[in-house]
Amino acid sequence: MDWQFLAFSLAKILVVFAVVMTMVAYAVLVERKVSAFIQDRVGPNRANPFFARYIPYLGMKLVRWGIFQPMADALKAILKEDYTPAHVRKVYFWIAPALAMVPALLTLAVIPFGSQLGAQKMVIADLDVGVLYTFGIVSLGVYGIVLAGYAANSKYPFLGGIRSSAQMISYEIAMGLSVIPVFLLVGSLNLSDVIGAQSGSLLAWHVFKQPVAFFVFLVAAFAETNRLPFDLPEAETELVGGYHTEYSSMKFALFFLGEYAAMISVSAMMVTLFFGGWTLPFLGLDQPAQSLWVGLLHILIFFLKLCVLLVGIIWVRWMLPRFRYDQLMDLGWRRFIPVALANIVVTAGVLAMMHR
Amino acid sequence: MIVERKPLNLAERLYIPAVANGFKVTWRHFKRTLFEGRTAAGDTAGGFHPEVPWRVGEGYRGAPYLVRDQDGATKCVSCQLCEFVCPPKAIRITPPGPDGAPADRRNAEKMPREFEINMLRCIFCGYCQEVCPEEAIFLQRDYSLSGTSRAEMIYDKEKLLALGGAHAGLRKWKQKEDEARAQEAFPPAAS
Repeated sequence: MDWQFLAFSLAKILVVFAVVMTMVAYAVLVERKVSAFIQDRVGPNRANPFFARYIPYLGMKLVRWGIFQPMADALKAILKEDYTPAHVRKVYFWIAPALAMVPALLTLAVIPFGSQLGAQKMVIADLDVGVLYTFGIVSLGVYGIVLAGYAANSKYPFLGGIRSSAQMISYEIAMGLSVIPVFLLVGSLNLSDVIGAQSGSLLAWHVFKQPVAFFVFLVAAFAETNRLPFDLPEAETELVGGYHTEYSSMKFALFFLGEYAAMISVSAMMVTLFFGGWTLPFLGLDQPAQSLWVGLLHILIFFLKLCVLLVGIIWVRWMLPRFRYDQLMDLGWRRFIPVALANIVVTAGVLAMMHR
Repeated sequence: MIVERKPLNLAERLYIPAVANGFKVTWRHFKRTLFEGRTAAGDTAGGFHPEVPWRVGEGYRGAPYLVRDQDGATKCVSCQLCEFVCPPKAIRITPPGPDGAPADRRNAEKMPREFEINMLRCIFCGYCQEVCPEEAIFLQRDYSLSGTSRAEMIYDKEKLLALGGAHAGLRKWKQKEDEARAQEAFPPAAS
């Protein structure tokens, strides 16, 4: 292991971390704005730092769009009193928020977010077991929530924790099964190879080749990230916020950021697995970049695809009502797992026929 | 009446109409707000809260204030019923005691030396208004109370009376007083 590899990896980690955290902050803003527009409101439009009026022309517009709101939110989360109720189990109460946040960020390590800049591949860890790593890490995500529910030592967080353990573990199965056909088609677990297999034409994207797999993955992704219509662990109307009821200040913010980071990582997975990653099927954009500018363009393409999926996920939250708990379990175990299994069998059968 | 639940057809069980209609509705509102600049607050109130304050209706249960009668006298007689009934114990009354100032109106034995409502504790339940035998305290229209310290949010008697204003309703003891005066007059006025 030479120093160059270390230096470049560190640089990539720092850049990806910074970009993802910024995206998380602005995903929250987009969520608030989209929800406001859908509900005939205007959303955050008041955060007005002292320097905003020195920005020529744009300053007040940025204020109205709420561009400075995430800064105010972050400041508030940091400065708020971090209250630990007397009845909680302290150790778990303290580690749960970190456990909720970290897996979402770790998942991003194997996502190829661009082809290459110079000689560097734009992926933090180009693992050959890429997707197995992802699912291994994603399944850790449930611990943060379950521990939070257990540590809070009161009824609503407890119910939220129970729901999340059942929900996330059930949908993990559907999620894992749903992507197997994709890897049957590609013949490799490496996510860079998955993107390579989707180059050539638009129809090579797995979303068109494997629509059923995509659909099951999409629904499972909603359940895994605790987003509506499957946000049962935090169901505000029934569980007063579920697992994070007892949390305040930065610990609550960590859960909140973790949810959005999970949204971003799951969207990144969807872009990689089903929407061709950083490729576009024309202008030769589906081959690894030869120049710096094309490399940057690839990163931009990945970023835009990610944003579209994120807005989609956010939009769905304001579109569909929450599922009932038994409906959720029914959907997961009796609908999606059989569908995913059937999809594997059919795909494997078709592949076997073609290669005979 | 029993509502008959029709069995869902395949499309409905796949949530297709639900998703389609959900998107239609949300898109309609999204488009209207983003591109036409229309909002619920703009359509109904003509603007947003700090600039265009929300006008509450009659009978709104806002902050409780003490009221004066039409002569500008304190209506409260320091009976402490409101202090007793107040669920969050937000009210604290200091009675005048044996040698305190007399009431500033006729037909009252005493008035409170101090009357404090902690607006941070108040839950705006209206029990004080309901229990008051003198109709001296009313939940009024103020809904936006703010201060920079906890001490500032404890409203004292002067502040409560100033904010409360004069009560425009009937004067409970006016009739009694008039009757008492009429007793003194001779010959009695023809009614």
